[in-house]
Amino acid sequence: MDKMPKWADAFLVPLFSLVLAAVLSAIVIVAIGEDPIAAFKLMVDGALMRSSGWGYTLYYATNFMFTGLAVSVAFHARLFNIGGEGQAMLGGLGVAIACLYVPWPHWTLALLGSATLAAAFGAAWAFIPAYLQAKRGSHIVITTIMFNYIAFSLLGYALVNVLRPPGAMDPATEKFAAATHLPTFQDMFSTAATPLFRGAPANVTFFVALAACVLVYFLIWRTRLGYEIRHFGQSPTAANYAGTNGVRIIMITMLISGGLAGMMALNTTQGEAERLILNSTENAGFIGIAVALMGRNHPFGVLLAALLFGFLYQGGAELALWTKIPRDLITVIQAFVILFTGALDNMVRMPLEKFFLMLRKSSGSKDKEAV
Amino acid sequence: MDFFTLVQVLDSTLRLATPLLLACLAGLYSERAGIFDIGLEGKMLIAAFFSAGVAYTTGNVWVGMCAGIGASLVLSVIHGFASITFRGNQLISGVAINFLASGITVLVAQSWFSQGGRTPSLTGAGRFEPIVLPGALTRIRDIADANPFMQIYSELLSGHTIIVYIALLFVPLTWWLLFRTRFGLRLRAVGENPAAVDTAGISVVSLRYSAVIICGVLCGIAGAYLATGLQAGFVKEMTAGRGYIALAALIFAKWRPWSALGACLLFGFLQAVAVRFQNIRIGEFTIPVQFMEALPYILTVVILAGFIGKAIPPKAGGEPYVKER
Repeated sequence: MDKMPKWADAFLVPLFSLVLAAVLSAIVIVAIGEDPIAAFKLMVDGALMRSSGWGYTLYYATNFMFTGLAVSVAFHARLFNIGGEGQAMLGGLGVAIACLYVPWPHWTLALLGSATLAAAFGAAWAFIPAYLQAKRGSHIVITTIMFNYIAFSLLGYALVNVLRPPGAMDPATEKFAAATHLPTFQDMFSTAATPLFRGAPANVTFFVALAACVLVYFLIWRTRLGYEIRHFGQSPTAANYAGTNGVRIIMITMLISGGLAGMMALNTTQGEAERLILNSTENAGFIGIAVALMGRNHPFGVLLAALLFGFLYQGGAELALWTKIPRDLITVIQAFVILFTGALDNMVRMPLEKFFLMLRKSSGSKDKEAV
Repeated sequence: MDFFTLVQVLDSTLRLATPLLLACLAGLYSERAGIFDIGLEGKMLIAAFFSAGVAYTTGNVWVGMCAGIGASLVLSVIHGFASITFRGNQLISGVAINFLASGITVLVAQSWFSQGGRTPSLTGAGRFEPIVLPGALTRIRDIADANPFMQIYSELLSGHTIIVYIALLFVPLTWWLLFRTRFGLRLRAVGENPAAVDTAGISVVSLRYSAVIICGVLCGIAGAYLATGLQAGFVKEMTAGRGYIALAALIFAKWRPWSALGACLLFGFLQAVAVRFQNIRIGEFTIPVQFMEALPYILTVVILAGFIGKAIPPKAGGEPYVKER
């Protein structure tokens, strides 16, 4: 028998973790001499009260949906992919190559082409860690961390020595051709009478991310492969006994995960910057960990958590603009979320379980009295 | 490249290897006791900030170092709390600790000093000063003109801060503690087979906590050295992946103290070479600086792949211990 109803496990536990994280973050804000309530108001104003604020929130949320899905797909097979950052960097390289060297006639084709290349590059970067985990038993956490650093050096090399246009100083590619420009929300929803999303970077990639959420849902819960992935994650030995090939599952899961992380670059590189820069990922690969944990590895949860972190990111930028609180506050909140939803999960869960057991006992004794 | 350049590179190798060595030994204690720790980076970072901040405020580097160790210990205890008491995922806890340190340091630095997430530069007693061994030359021109032995003595052996020598002493100390004392035997046993340790009537929990705390102290010293010895003050993200390189060195060294020294010196050497020579030319071929930066990580992956001997971690590593009922 379950100790807790399903809805409590899915909603109450993350909610309590979030409240704990929020309280601790508020304490941090008080400790550095600022007003947490005013700060929160400012964040809401900046991120949700204007359409351009929403444009930024959704832009960040798009990044976090991709990286959150990447981490959660791997989690289903009990693989901890910390390499989302590196895979997203490589994805950026893929996008840049697609956009720079192919004369695309229309943005839809460009999106298709760069998405394919981004996913392929991201997946390729996950390939070696996956292979080493599957065949050699080397721990995927360590190898993906190493690959993040290798990716950074590789990207630095590619930008400085290969892709940088002659004469340019900063390590970045030249601007992509106008035909690869992805329609932004401003292009799509703004009219002359009602300007919306002015200057905000949210673009059509958001819908690609939504589609990715749906596809991942079907993959994990509605296909044979998804079943095998979850089965393998729950018990590798049982999966093996049932005829699932563990090596194959690890490889496929990590390739999907890497591909999803790589596709994040569509949003940042083709959608926003329209050229490849050195730090285009902006730690989104790592935030994916928090998003996946918070979203309980379910695509819908990932979507909600990504929106939450998108709000935090945009709100944090507003805070940095108007108060003395630096943007790094978001890193602290993110750390608390990972800590409570991930590592200290039992600390939140145990008291809740006790509470529900108590409820059940007291209602059980009432039933007896009634009889 | 002349002989003196080599000596200078080796000298900077020793400096750069010191924080790696301390962090690596810190990880050694923790992982030998069965607690994976990818939070070495965060603990070093927070220690670097608090040691620099307090050293600047008090003007005393030793007080600063104590503050750094204290901050690192707080994170250690959180890690122990998550991974020992609440039997959570040790890797996720480590990730959280790294983010916590990276955010808190900038946040506090900004509200404390208002210098964009850094501390003011440390001078005088706020830093660890180099120790000049008796008879060593100090002026760089004198050393360059001296004979090779004098160059090695003055440049390589003399002129380091006390932490460098302490870090080197920790290697035999760790070896002795782990392999020649009862505590060390138990610590290693708890990382291999905690149930056996428990059966013998020894507390798994307290052993693991003590390992995690030793780890915190060593990371604290490493961080303090970064901010008050190697450099003069804290800057944002100043650990720059050293915690992960230390982790790599630990795997490279197969969780052994003397090999850890070797691995850290190797990785320190790679860093020193990358710092000194930007692009290395070998004939027609140029090795880009990015390759030198990535080399420690590439080497670790090669080691992990099992091509140069197999690295086998402590058996119970990463597994929370649940007492049998």
